[in-house]
Amino acid sequence: VKLSRKEFLGLVAGTAVLAGAGKLVQAVQPAGEAARQEGEGRGRRWGMVIDLELCSREEGCRLCSQACHKAHNVPEIPNRAHQVKWIWHEPADRVFPFQQSAYSRPLGVEPLPVLCNHCAHPSCARVCPTGATWKREDGVVMMDYHRCIGCRYCMAACPYGSRSFNFEDPRPYLAAVNPEFPTRCAGVVEKCNFCEERLANGGVPACVEGCHHKAMVFGDLNDPHSAVRQLLKSRFALQRLPELGNGPAIFYLV
Amino acid sequence: VRDRALIFTGLFLFVTLATFPVWYNLAGGRGAAPQPRKGTGNSCVAPLPYMRASHMELLREWRDGKVRGNRRVFGAADGSAYPVSLTGTCLNRCHGSAEEFCNRCHSYAGVPVPNCWRCHSSPPAEARRTAPVVGRIAQ
Repeated sequence: VKLSRKEFLGLVAGTAVLAGAGKLVQAVQPAGEAARQEGEGRGRRWGMVIDLELCSREEGCRLCSQACHKAHNVPEIPNRAHQVKWIWHEPADRVFPFQQSAYSRPLGVEPLPVLCNHCAHPSCARVCPTGATWKREDGVVMMDYHRCIGCRYCMAACPYGSRSFNFEDPRPYLAAVNPEFPTRCAGVVEKCNFCEERLANGGVPACVEGCHHKAMVFGDLNDPHSAVRQLLKSRFALQRLPELGNGPAIFYLV
Repeated sequence: VRDRALIFTGLFLFVTLATFPVWYNLAGGRGAAPQPRKGTGNSCVAPLPYMRASHMELLREWRDGKVRGNRRVFGAADGSAYPVSLTGTCLNRCHGSAEEFCNRCHSYAGVPVPNCWRCHSSPPAEARRTAPVVGRIAQ
């Protein structure tokens, strides 16, 4: 076949346009489509449901964060700028910034517990230049402190503020070191690990176990019969900033 | 050559200085061999010659395997299974304090002391030990 120069250029341009259009369709496919794709029948995905009604039973209760911080050697640093947080408490208007109005009924519990959301599409893992943080197949967003270079891209990327940087050696701020779990050192980022060391032994996270009011329920989001799915089916639940498309695995029953 | 004396003096000085570490060691005799604290377990997770030469490879495999591959049990050559844990298995169950085990050989061989202990806990050294090995470390 003999092609004229004009025909050849036209053919090349047409192919390029088609390829570009395919990419575009992939990029703008509705978020719901992506959510459905990661749904049932794809192994386990750990998640948590926090019942705010039960959580509000006892004012000033910090059993969840106390249990977590004791298990994972999370220091209590008085300097707010240097604080390290795995599970902590935030005022409701900061947890659900666009759900509140001057006229709406308050959520009932103030402040409320927040932790790493173990997102379906974690922004932190996407930006990490060393692969020190990544998403495991069971949904846990893991961190490998050995590979963290302390660049803090992940902290800038996380929309939930779930990551903390060790500006100083945390050991002087620990009342007692739990030798079962390593501390961290100055220069690395850390966050909640969904108690992956307890999950490996068939346990539940320390915060869930520490909560006397059973306000936190942990389970497999991909299993329609799990306790978390039953709760999500029967009651209305909120996720933090769902519009960002991160797909948090932590749900708040209101 | 008129500068012969100068040249040979210079050469002699240079060779002496360059080989000084060798003479120094020959004169001083070999330093006392390191005395790492004896383990309390029956046997190591791998044969002794392998551990002496390649313990860092085993530890690296343990580290990456556990954190990134969720491999939490190590099958030893003799068939026994050990939990993959630097503090729990290596130190608490057998070797005791890192200061008395790891550091003694490392400083003898001039290899920098590994930075594992900035994060991982080590039982305290014998002299400072007040609680049983598995207790908390005094900060």
